[in-house]
Amino acid sequence: MNAVLLGATRGMGRALARLMAARKDRLFLLGRDADELQRSAHDLEALGAAGEVGFAQCDLERADGFAAALDRAQDALGRLETVVVTAAQFASQEELENDAALRDRLLTVNFTNTIHFCEEARRRLLEGGGGTLCVFSSVAGDRARKPVLLYGATKAGLSHYLNGLDHKFRRSGLKTVLIKPGFVRTSMTAGLPEPPFTGEPGQVARIALRALDRGKPVTYAPKIWRWVMFCVRLLPRAVMRRAKF
Amino acid sequence: MKRLSGWGRYPQIEAHERRSEDLARICEGVVLTRGLGRSYGDASLPPAGGHTVAASPLADRILEYSPASGVLRAEAGLSLEALNRSFLPRGCVVPVSPGTQHVTLGGMVAADVHGKNHHVDGCFGEHVRRLVMLMPDGRILEVSENHERELFHATLGGMGLTGHILEVEFRMKPVPSPWIRTETEPIADLEALAPRLSKAGETWPYTVAWVDCLGRGASYGRSVLIKGRWADGGDLPGRTPQPTIPRRRPRPLRLRAWFVRLFNALHHWRHKARRSALESPYEFFYPLDGVRNWNRFYGKRGFTQYQCVLPEETALPRFFELLRRERIRPFLCVVKDCGAQGRGMLSFPRPGVTVALDLPMHGTIQREVDLMNERVIEEGGRIYLAKDALTRAEHFRAMEPRLDAWSRVRLKWDPERTLRSAQSVRLLGDPA
Repeated sequence: MNAVLLGATRGMGRALARLMAARKDRLFLLGRDADELQRSAHDLEALGAAGEVGFAQCDLERADGFAAALDRAQDALGRLETVVVTAAQFASQEELENDAALRDRLLTVNFTNTIHFCEEARRRLLEGGGGTLCVFSSVAGDRARKPVLLYGATKAGLSHYLNGLDHKFRRSGLKTVLIKPGFVRTSMTAGLPEPPFTGEPGQVARIALRALDRGKPVTYAPKIWRWVMFCVRLLPRAVMRRAKF
Repeated sequence: MKRLSGWGRYPQIEAHERRSEDLARICEGVVLTRGLGRSYGDASLPPAGGHTVAASPLADRILEYSPASGVLRAEAGLSLEALNRSFLPRGCVVPVSPGTQHVTLGGMVAADVHGKNHHVDGCFGEHVRRLVMLMPDGRILEVSENHERELFHATLGGMGLTGHILEVEFRMKPVPSPWIRTETEPIADLEALAPRLSKAGETWPYTVAWVDCLGRGASYGRSVLIKGRWADGGDLPGRTPQPTIPRRRPRPLRLRAWFVRLFNALHHWRHKARRSALESPYEFFYPLDGVRNWNRFYGKRGFTQYQCVLPEETALPRFFELLRRERIRPFLCVVKDCGAQGRGMLSFPRPGVTVALDLPMHGTIQREVDLMNERVIEEGGRIYLAKDALTRAEHFRAMEPRLDAWSRVRLKWDPERTLRSAQSVRLLGDPA
């Protein structure tokens, strides 16, 4: 299998890319920082990725670069089979409420530009006869909750979009795989108080890879979060108004 | 704030912990970098008082690997477990393995770990070619045998107090197969143990002995000598060995002496005669990794491991005589002979025989450790800092004539002692 990964230099994306490298997939990395991409490419090659791991700069804040970056990936890999998006931004609700520029950036990166990127990827995958588009959203998009209101809203929109892609293009050969991680111990969540059922990046990556191979439309990781969010969705509005989570 | 502790779960210290893929960034302004926290005592803990430590495990990339020479350079948070998983199927191993694979490369350098092959291959530090370090003054340095040699030697076994280790370069070792050929034999008494260990070491690259310290009467001090080498040649399983994934247990029962006694009796009955077997390296090198959170078996108060090296073989029966007289009853006791002293200025191993004991924490533990330390000083031995939680500063000073030379190097790079740990406050008198 070959795959293009956006955001695989850190966190869950890194863990997923390493699993794919260990089973000798061909990989191409997209990300912001050329140095970091270079280091990750070496790592994946040493872990067993097939051939040379190529990379190109691609910043989710700059939508005008998406087409060129995906072109370079396509040139390196031949036909695109899988595109994985794990990149996103995170900031606390308080910071987002007080800082309009930060808010604008997060809303753009996590929603608008991620969707622009997915549209570019979707077009290419369909042109090539189909493939898999795997995007990491979040359980924060499942129910509006006070501490992740704005972040959750971008993820809700993203989940909605991916479900729509599945409805519309599954028959044409595009498999969309939506991963909804719960609270995972990465540098993104460093310093936040850990809730129960906290997951590890490696654990999420294993679940995501299985879902990716099977083309499963929606997957929670760690799996328990499916039931946690099922319960949270059932809570009445009066409870959500009072709850702190 | 988070309660941090070592593997022994004693002591526990409230501190802030930073984690990131970008190790150099989070190391700025912290008192210490820690890896996976598998040292037993307080070596990976900051001094009490709400200090901040950096955790390295997210910085875990391989930056360079040459299959031809085996040279591998990686970020300091890369774990031995990840290296085994990836390289064992390809016929390569890390040249020195401690008793668990849940350690980082940075931690292996800082404690200058040794393994069952110390008598032939020395410590991990002997195989390290180069380090990249972030110094307390903010400089990033490459240190090796040819560049800042003194600092290099002070860092091997320097418990992370000489600078933050960012990258480690060492040479992997090719192995003929991913399996271990083992042989075990019983040894009836402690007088015979050390000579038999060194005899076995002449032909076997991996040796260790498990000693029964709870047996009554004649069964006290009986041991099982375990020898191993990488299997070579025919009739090996075609598959790759897999680590045992420990099952999750809701709440481990507290380990009791009668249970350990029973376990020891069974173990010795099983190894009554010499036997050989083919084992997975995971079972051979990391037998306890197969039990999840085995450190919790010692109950809420935790436990301490005491490890010392005694220069003379004949000191071994004398040391156990002390344990017996003072009713010091370790649940687990491992004995191993050590080879030559390495490059690390403060590395633990030296020629002689090393004893490691697991002791549950209880009211008189401090006295027991003091007694053992006094004996070790008399014998001219020393203790292993990666295990220690209770040694007194004056005892440590008495057993470490190398301390002054090491301190000079440390102070040259960090005159303010900005890098410090709960252990360095306790043993070296660093400011809290």
